[in-house]
Order: sequence, then structure tokens, then C-alpha cells
Amino acid sequence: MNILDNKRQLFKLAAVASLLTLLGCSDSSEDKANEPAFQINANPFPSTYKPIPSKSVLITNATILDGIGGIFNNSSVLLQDGKIVAIGNDLSLPDDGVTVDAKGKWVTPGIIDVHSHLGVYPAPGGTAHSDGNEATNPVTAEVWAEHSIWPQDAGFQRALAGGVTVMQILPGSANLVGGRGVTVKNLPGTTVQDMKFPDAPYGMKMACGENPKRVYGKKGGPSTRMGNVAGYRQAWADAQNYQRTWDNYYADHEAGKKDAKIPKRDLKLETLALALKGEILVHMHCYRADDMATMLDVMKEFNYKIAAFHHAVEAYKIADQLAEAEVCSAMWADWWGFKLEAYDGIQENIPMVHAAKACTIVHSDSDLGIQRLNQEAAKAWANGRRAGIDISQADAWQWLSANPAKSLGIFEQTGSLETGKNADVVIWSADPFSTYAQAEHVYLDGALIYDRNDPASWPVSDFELGQPGEGDSK
Amino acid sequence: MNTLIKYLLLGSMLLTPFVGAKSIAIVGAKVHTMSSQGTVDNATVLIKDGKIQKVMQGEVALAGYEIIDAKGKVVTPGLIGASTSLGLVDVGFSAGTNDSNSSLTSISATGAAFDVSYAINPDSSLMAIARIEGVTSAATSMGRTGQLFNGQGALITLGDTSTPLIQARAFISTRVGNGGADTIGGSRSVLWVSLEKALAEAKFAVGKSLSPRDEWHGELSRTDIVALIPLVKGEIPLLVDARRAADIRQVIALKQRHSQLNIVITYATEGWRVAKELADNNIPVILNPEANLPSSFDQLGATLKNAGRLADAGVQVSIGMETHNIRLARQHAGNAVANGLIWEQGLAALTINVAKLYGIDDTLGSLEAGKIADVVIWSGDPLEVTEAAEMVLIAGEPVKMQSRQSKLRDRYLKLQTDKPMQYVRP
Repeated sequence: MNILDNKRQLFKLAAVASLLTLLGCSDSSEDKANEPAFQINANPFPSTYKPIPSKSVLITNATILDGIGGIFNNSSVLLQDGKIVAIGNDLSLPDDGVTVDAKGKWVTPGIIDVHSHLGVYPAPGGTAHSDGNEATNPVTAEVWAEHSIWPQDAGFQRALAGGVTVMQILPGSANLVGGRGVTVKNLPGTTVQDMKFPDAPYGMKMACGENPKRVYGKKGGPSTRMGNVAGYRQAWADAQNYQRTWDNYYADHEAGKKDAKIPKRDLKLETLALALKGEILVHMHCYRADDMATMLDVMKEFNYKIAAFHHAVEAYKIADQLAEAEVCSAMWADWWGFKLEAYDGIQENIPMVHAAKACTIVHSDSDLGIQRLNQEAAKAWANGRRAGIDISQADAWQWLSANPAKSLGIFEQTGSLETGKNADVVIWSADPFSTYAQAEHVYLDGALIYDRNDPASWPVSDFELGQPGEGDSK
Repeated sequence: MNTLIKYLLLGSMLLTPFVGAKSIAIVGAKVHTMSSQGTVDNATVLIKDGKIQKVMQGEVALAGYEIIDAKGKVVTPGLIGASTSLGLVDVGFSAGTNDSNSSLTSISATGAAFDVSYAINPDSSLMAIARIEGVTSAATSMGRTGQLFNGQGALITLGDTSTPLIQARAFISTRVGNGGADTIGGSRSVLWVSLEKALAEAKFAVGKSLSPRDEWHGELSRTDIVALIPLVKGEIPLLVDARRAADIRQVIALKQRHSQLNIVITYATEGWRVAKELADNNIPVILNPEANLPSSFDQLGATLKNAGRLADAGVQVSIGMETHNIRLARQHAGNAVANGLIWEQGLAALTINVAKLYGIDDTLGSLEAGKIADVVIWSGDPLEVTEAAEMVLIAGEPVKMQSRQSKLRDRYLKLQTDKPMQYVRP
């Protein structure tokens, strides 16, 4: 037994504990070893997300990208009880269902953005709302982005109009370890708990390169890249040591030792230890190829896994190594040059990483970019073709839904149009690899949560009520 | 397609003879002239001595012309970067000198005198990166001075030349939104008085001698006054960053107080709310049409519909506020079109409208006889993200379709394992 068990085991233990209480065995103070070991609540801020009730929906006559490489022309998809039930022709709809004729339109899985700061750097900006970087210490694994998220950020509605159904909201990149990210469903709520993706694993943000050394260079360091790397390694070593103290406690408890002492909790090391065990997924901001290669070695040294390098502007230089290490790259189509570590950005990065068979993701890191991730994929796709990298549109859509879902540990639930998966679906007005295509319908768990053609149905954040442009087409 | 590629390959191999060629005919494309001639299908564009000679429909006898087969392609004037810092910055952040920013200095108390024409570096890698994607000229200016004005901007060509300047001291920029107020006294109440005072002193000085021997009791430095005189005479535009409707109304009132001022509003995020007044007062705008968030209290009404609504009201709209990625201006225009701007106005926002607001539409911005031959041949609709510039001519010369980025791409397209990549010459 150890502290860092997943939720299911925790519930099991709780059940055993209450059974023991019922049997009157747990208050025996003489026999301390019979008391259950101390367990940490792995989920103190549980999701309260509830899908909007929905009727069955049959989308017909569409060009459908299933998100895992398949394309179905003039086909239908059936959404029922919040799930994808079938793709094909001649699907029958239950009596109370709704048919949506999508002739000339395209259907894809909802877009999943692995890198958003919506809510933690919300609009309007300003120091009052600057809640994304706990820039007080280079390692702040103890902070959780969800405790900064302001659900009234109008950016959520804007992203929805861009077909985004799920996103990971991360702390910023000031710190070597910035804290936990959280995966949310893009159904704008009143509390962040209302938006949390049920049972999604946590992410943990780390950052390479210029940002940490710039922020801490005059605040006690690190002030160099070598200082950064020493910082990651010491943090991991501390986490290993911390894990051992809990392992020892559980071993002692199991052995019936009466003096088994519950270790002092350290929230920072607790998160790091979970990341070492793979229960929290590491998402690392890293631009340069050499920085990423260093981190691949740190990953091996401490035997953990990096789910994805974010930004990965030079991933194309080591795409083969990234493929071998099975680390995803989450990239922009064409951002470059705003920092020296972004100076070698090229527009073929995404298709070149894909061509090397490394996991490829298109991300935004932007409250504007998140509204047009389909266009980012389209640019990368087209630039790849011009460079002789011929990728089908059906394959390219993996960058927007399936691969991000895999890197977030939610691919069993969403990220593709497969039977049994969450009905997170977008109907596009046209081929979504076009500037002019717009998301017309967005479904989340089978419910229509955005309808471009029905302005009265659009969500409006509290902040925008009573302000110029309230309810306007945004 | 094949013919064009063959031609391009030949073009780079036969660079020397080509440079000597004075006459070029682009044949078979759909040509958006952006002039009164409109769009011409299956057109022939004749270029001679670096100038557009003629655009006509169909094929003509072309003895003496190098022929570029552009069947199935789309041809437009070169795009003009409406608001950039091109040539002033390589990497803006923690990487040494950045000529687009300045700190306080005793030479100028308002920032009006600063002059970017001394700072432009045609070897900046940004130039070729923008050029090969169809941006052939640009307005360039400082982004931040910490003072009332962001200095005097310049107009430049992005041609492969050692003399990029088209016009020095071509415009002056200022800000009257939150950013301006934060810089000048922390309040619009301070900012506007400062701006009015500067303009009043400059107007007073028009026609007067300002040599060191002359008396001058104004609060602005003589250097600043000299810079502001062409501005108050309306000879160069004043670019004013204003976002909320109330600020835009103040700018309209400014123009009504000083009718000779040639005012352009940048950002104009809530411009749609005062679109008619802007049109009535003949004030053009330069937009980032993708700004649709209430990012501050001075742009609560931001919407993707802004560009379309402004143009519908008769406001002349330009698009292109970027530096490293000014090449994305056409995507911005495309998104404005997806949200209501008429397509032709989307292209005008990248070409002729920009030329008009800087007063260079006699030489740039459209494909008309006598104008400089800045021409782009696109694979298709230039506002479509999947299309690209296939050939770019600046002053009648095809540019080498190569940049630092294309070289990085070509080096790494096939990863070598037998020797380090630094030995691979793309």
C-alpha cells in the first residue's frame, strides 16, 4: 500500500473502513496496527460536471472525419445517450430524436487543446487577474491551476465557437515546475468543478529554457539553463526520497509496527511523486531541440514519462528521437522569433514531426489561437504537402483531437468518433481546412452546446452582461 | 504548375541573365488588379523596367517578354504590411538590441522626433521570411518609446536590396487608449492635454525659424517640433491607437478641432460602434480583425464582425498588425471575410487601402500602368490558409524564394544519421 493510490482503491479502502466501524473493531486503541493506514484524499476537488440532457441526434449527409484516420463521404453519425452510437448509412433514429441534415458540411470530433490559459489569465487582463504563474519559487508543484480559473472568462465561449470541446488549462511557464494543470470540458460553468472532466488524470506543467532563468535570474536562481536542469533533478530526487518515507510508513504499518508514524505531508513533493509514478502526466514547455534532448535524459534518469513537449519549436530537428521516446510534441503552425529559443521555428514543423511517426499535436497557448485551431492544422497540413509530405486530412485531424486526448489520458472517453465514446462532435459549415469554414454546431456529451445559427442560445459570461456588445456575435 | 516550377528552377539557376531581362509577361492567371479595372480572368500582365505596363484580358503577341505561365493561378499586387516593426527587430526579447523600443532620453520629451529610418536593417531574416510569402513592402515603426509618440515611422520595400527606404519620416504614431494613458500620467485626463499641447505648439511653429539662435519658449524640444510640423500640416498621417468607442469619438473630435490633420486609427476594436462617424469624417482604420475578447476595459465590445461592419459603413479598412508573422495578415483578412467583410475588401485591406492611407497609392497597392511591379502569383485564393505565394516579383524582379526558414526546413527534411546535421548544406 502507499499513499498515492488512485481514487478507486481509495473508495475501496473507505468502504472497508466503514465496514470495520460497523463491526465495532476500529476503536480498539490497544491494537493500533489494526487501524487502516492513513490515506490521502486523491480527489479533494471532485468534478461536479453534468452533461446537459439531450435527445438523440442523427447527423446525415456529411463528410465525416472520425479523427483516427478515417473519412466517410455522405455519411451519418448517430449520437445517443451522450455517446457515439454509430457511423454509417441507413442509421435509424429513435422516435424522439432530431435529424440534422449536414449536406455539404463536415463532421469531426471536438477539438481538444492541450495548452490553454483560459481562466488563469482571463479577459479582462491586469494584475488582478494574473493568476497563471506562482512566480515565487522555481518549483511550485504544490499549486493547482484549477484554483486560479475564473469560469467567467469570455474566452471559453469564444473557444466554443471554434469547435473546442475539451482543454487542459495549465499554469504558466515562469517556473521549472509550475504546478498542476486540469482538464476541463468547455461547457462554461459557474465553478471550475462544474467544468472538470470527470476522472481525467492531472497534468503537471514544467518549463525549459529562457522563462525560468529570466524570472529567477535575479531572484536567487536559476539564472542559466544548467541551473534549470539542476533544479529539475533536485526536485525529482527530493520526490523520490519523499516517496520512500511514505513507502516505509505503509510497509511498517503493514508489518504491524506500532510506532509506524504518518509522515508529514508535503504538497509539492506529493505532486512530484505522483508524476514520477505516471499518475500525473508531465507537460513540459520546451522550445529547443537540445533542451528537449536533455530532458529526455532526465526522464530516463528518474524513470518518469513526459507526456508532451509543448511549443517544441525545434521538434523537427530531433523528430526521430521524439518518436523513439514516445513523447508527443504540441506545436504552433508558424509562431516564431518572439524569443531566441523560438528563432528556428519553421512552418513545416508539425508535418515533419508527423512524418517521423512521432506523436503530433496542434496546440494554441492563446485565447485567440484556440478559436482557430482547425486553421492552424490546415496551414501545417498544406505546408507539409508543399514540402512533399503528403498527409491526408483524415490523418491530420489526429493532431486536433485524438493525439491531444492521448496525451491527456482521456482517449478512452473522447478524441475520436468511435462507438461508445463521448459524443463530442463538431459540424463545420465547410471543409474545416479552410479559412472560411466555421463551427456551426458543437455537441458535448451529445448535447448541442453551441449553435451558430441561433444567437439566442449562445452562452454569455457574467462579465459581459450589461456591457457593450452583450450577446453580440463575437 | 509544372511549368511554373520549371520556370522557378530555371530562374534561380539563370539568375544573372534574368536580372538583365527587363520585360516580363505573366500569362493566364486570374488577376485582381485592385484598380478600376477590377478582376480580369485569363489575363496577361506586362511588366517593363520594373513597372506595370498593362493588364489585359487574353493572350497577346509577346515578342521580347520573358513569359511566366500562371494558368490556374491568382495574381495580386504585393501585400503591404500596414503596421509592423520590420527591419527594426530580429528577436524582441532578451536577445540584445531591439530598435523598435527605446528608453527615455533627453533628445526628445515626447518621442515625436525619433526616426526609425536610421535603424532599418535589410539583412534582418524577417525580411526574406515575409517577402517570400507575398509581403513586398511595409510601414515600419517603433512599438514602444514610453513617451507620447512612438516616433516617426518609415515606408520600406522588402525587396532584396541594400536601400530599403521608400520614404523616411512617413508617419507618426501615438496611443490614446489604456496603453497611452498608462504611459502618460496614468490617465486620459493627462494624456489628452499633453497631446493637444504638443499639436498646438507645433501649429504655432509652422513657418517659423527654429534655428538655435531663434527664440523658442515652447515646452517641446525644437527637435520634436520639427518632426511634428509635417504632421500638423497634414503632410503625413498621425496613427492613433484607439480601441473603445469613447476614445474613437475623442479622436474624431480631435480631427474636427484640427481639420488639417490626416488621422488614421489603429486597432479601432470598438470601431463598429462608431462606424458611421468614422466614415463621415473620412478616417481610415488599421485593424487586427481577430481581436474579439474583452481583454481590457477599453475593448469590451470586441467582435470578429468589426472589419465587415466598418467596411459596410464606408470606412476604409486596412489589415496587418504584426512583425515576425506579418505573413499572416492574409489569414487575418480571410477571417474578416469569413465574418462578413466582402472578399474584395479583404484583399484591398492588404494592398490598395494601405497604400492610400500612407499616400503611396500613386506607385503601389494595385496593378496599373506605371506603378511599381510588386506582384504575387498565388497557388489560389490568397485569403485561404492552405494557399501560398508561388512567385513574388518586387519592382519587376522575381525574388529568390528562399529564407532562413526554408533553409532550415530543407536541411532537416531528411534527418541524417551518418554525419552531424551541421555538415548538411540545404
